Amino acid sequence: MKFSLQVNGRTHDVDVDADTPLLWVLRDEIDLKGTKFGCGVGLCGACTVHLNGAPVRSCSLPVSGIGNGAITTIEGIGDAPVGARLQKAWIDIDVVQCGYCQAGQIMSAAALLARTPAPSDEDIDAAMNGNICRCGTYLRIRKAIKEAAKTNLGSESGATAARKGT
Amino acid sequence: MLGERHLADSAVGCTQGKRHSAAGGASRRDFLKVSAAGGGLLLQFSLRGIAKAAAMDQGDAEPSAGPMMSAFVRIAPDNIVTIVAKNPEIGQGIKTMLPMLIAEELDVDWSQVRTEQALLDPALYGRQHAGGSTATPQNWEPMRRVGAAARQMLIRAAARRWNVDESECETTSGQVVQTSTRRALTYGSIAADAAKLPVPDLRSVSLKDPTTYKIIGHSTPGVDSPRIVKGEPLFGIDTVVPGMLYAVFQKCPVFGGKVASANLDRIKQLPGVRDAFVVEGGPDPHTLSPGIAIVADKWWRAEKARRQLQVEWDKGAGAAQSSAGFAREAAAFAAKLPQHTLRDDGNLTKALTEAAHVIEAAYAYPFLAHATLEPMNCTARVQNGTAEIWAPTQAPEPGRKLVASAIGLDERNITVHITRSGGGFGRRLANDYMVEAAWIAKTVGAPVKLIWDRGDDIQHDFYRPGGFHFLKAGLDADGKVIAWQQHFVSYGRNGKFAPSADLSPDAFPANRVANLSYGASLIPLVAPTGPLRAPGDNALAFVFQSFIDELAHAAGQDPLQFQIDLLGKDEVLPGKGAGFNTARVRGVLEKVREVSGWGQRKLPDRTGQGVAVYYSHLGYFAEVVEVAVARDGAVKINRVWAVGDIGSHVINPTAAVNMTQGAVLDGFAEALLQQVTIEGGRVVQGNFDTFPLLRLTQAAPIEVHFLTTDYSPTGLGEPPLPPAIPALCNAIFAATGKRIRSLPIDTAQLKA
Repeated sequence: MKFSLQVNGRTHDVDVDADTPLLWVLRDEIDLKGTKFGCGVGLCGACTVHLNGAPVRSCSLPVSGIGNGAITTIEGIGDAPVGARLQKAWIDIDVVQCGYCQAGQIMSAAALLARTPAPSDEDIDAAMNGNICRCGTYLRIRKAIKEAAKTNLGSESGATAARKGT
Repeated sequence: MLGERHLADSAVGCTQGKRHSAAGGASRRDFLKVSAAGGGLLLQFSLRGIAKAAAMDQGDAEPSAGPMMSAFVRIAPDNIVTIVAKNPEIGQGIKTMLPMLIAEELDVDWSQVRTEQALLDPALYGRQHAGGSTATPQNWEPMRRVGAAARQMLIRAAARRWNVDESECETTSGQVVQTSTRRALTYGSIAADAAKLPVPDLRSVSLKDPTTYKIIGHSTPGVDSPRIVKGEPLFGIDTVVPGMLYAVFQKCPVFGGKVASANLDRIKQLPGVRDAFVVEGGPDPHTLSPGIAIVADKWWRAEKARRQLQVEWDKGAGAAQSSAGFAREAAAFAAKLPQHTLRDDGNLTKALTEAAHVIEAAYAYPFLAHATLEPMNCTARVQNGTAEIWAPTQAPEPGRKLVASAIGLDERNITVHITRSGGGFGRRLANDYMVEAAWIAKTVGAPVKLIWDRGDDIQHDFYRPGGFHFLKAGLDADGKVIAWQQHFVSYGRNGKFAPSADLSPDAFPANRVANLSYGASLIPLVAPTGPLRAPGDNALAFVFQSFIDELAHAAGQDPLQFQIDLLGKDEVLPGKGAGFNTARVRGVLEKVREVSGWGQRKLPDRTGQGVAVYYSHLGYFAEVVEVAVARDGAVKINRVWAVGDIGSHVINPTAAVNMTQGAVLDGFAEALLQQVTIEGGRVVQGNFDTFPLLRLTQAAPIEVHFLTTDYSPTGLGEPPLPPAIPALCNAIFAATGKRIRSLPIDTAQLKA
């Protein structure tokens, strides 16, 4: 079946079975390999992408359910200031061990910071607990999110959001 | 340049204050084989291999031009230095760390350095392996000498250009400088000349004074991290080969089973399926196992087709095995004398009779899976008598041997690309998936990417073996341990332990308890076992360090001081690797007592601290865990202190802290969450719902300290893990009075 997908601001036409999970469309039809296969059933978060800004598990989302929704992947998240700040914090804090989960981690963190620019530990817990890191880089993931949030608050919109108590 | 000219300052066979010098005579200049005393692991590679070394991993960006100074170093005219990283990167940071060693002695700035992953070519690079925390002790010396040799060649080229003596030249930040005139040449401007010079004998080059290090001991972020955070393709699963098909491989869920019949005609008709066939395979799970391959134009279609698969399995004898059955067999063994005596010191019976207190306990732990987040996968192309393999593997060389044997090719005609691995933990020391991919690619006559799903991964692992320990110890009236009896019911057959299911006769407290016996009885096992991070130790530390804690409490003594007292005088006891150095054990214990404020704080109700220490894979770690146990039994780890002694240098400090924290958390996951259960000869668990991994909310803060000692640096992948488990269990005892003797921890028994 033919589908037209909006991925990272571009239109991609693909011809796949309607039940194909978005994950495999991204990886093998559009050749965006950053989104990872971990469990296939939404338990690990390695496949996290954004659909209209919200984090979703692409391994469990059939391509037929996407419609015109805007998909953002790890390859595109750096175009948003919040994504770029997270990527920088991830490098500065040297979060990565094997790195396989980190695309999903950054995507979940980006969705969190987009709606909660100054997250509390509880906010981080709630947003990130679905993303497994087998290497156990969690302490640095938490630190990197806070670091990115700090630079976030340096910007005008971040400061405004913080004053509103989000 | 001065100091550190001794060759074999290796932890292997090296004791404090004694330096071994290298043995062995000179050999050809460009092919060095030096056997180091006690180690036999240094300098076994060729330095010249210019033509072959030019072929690198396709995944590495921006290959820079420039002459090869050696198989490891290439310097471009713009002074960009490319350093070849030879070992598989599985998350342990080796692709950063080994080039750091070369860069330090080459005397370049890290900002000049680019790294490239080497192809498999042990003749050129030496051992290319990720396992057993061996890379640091094995490469600390040779990789620095590789850098120093290239530096010496550059000095020689500059001296000739200037027509001065080499002794008038020094180096700094990638330049050769004439000391008197301060004129300078960049490495890039003389690399072409230098590359024509003979590579000096690695044993002849001098190494830096460690106090002048600019890279070693300085935190260096992972070289691949900028690409990882952007989602660039680096992992095995990301491999793309033109024209490739995708495969799944269904093995018999019951270990040792094979295919009797299957509805392959039906499967072949499904959309996108190009082929489906039975693989006969054989009984050795390390190579090709029996199963059914389905090859399709898309992985999803292969996976979907598998769901239509109807197979009649010939399950074999394994179907009768179960975890419950093993526990019953263990209990029966416990009532008898061990089948095998591993050690029998003194007069145990007499000592137990004379003891003031006798303490008995039975410990047990389950099978475990590795569950790397990147499932097993491999891409293979087999054509015209050659094969090309792209594999996330920890052991590419044995993998290539297996592939050669399975598909009937000469190893020399098989190229192996070592991709980044999404975790290893010992799972990728086995290369079963590599052989499967090669076999399937050969059979279908097209490049194939084989990807296992999570069920395949958890149900077809080489498991950390479970085990049962029946212990009895005697204390004298002063609380001193005078007797220790341990009957280990493990897995194996014909008097041989299954892989990673053994117990060393020298395991501590052997050599410290006068009357001590270790015995073993073996249950034959069909399921395959293998090394999981800190193999052996990840289970044995729980048993030994928990039971020692029991004895401390029975003696009414402080558990940490009890551990120190048990060590006795400073000496190196027989043991794995360099032996069990009681002074180093005491060192980390004393440091963790200090940094954790052991016994200094009044802790709230149902909160406690536990301590454990272990020597594993040449490293020493003592850890204190503070835990709070809720009235419903829920365990919350408040804080952890980890103190390590891995020798004279922590090469990449931030990575070392990261690795230590990860290993400790890995231990907590094993203690709190994980077990693999066998029923009807197959694994019950199949995904992260039934085999959970630790999550962010379960990650406690971990404070990491390193002691600097006068020993050559050793590895860090494994040593921090083993003590984490008993430290946690001992803390739970301190908090609740309930002793954990079986893993994973059953929080129901901790209710107030």
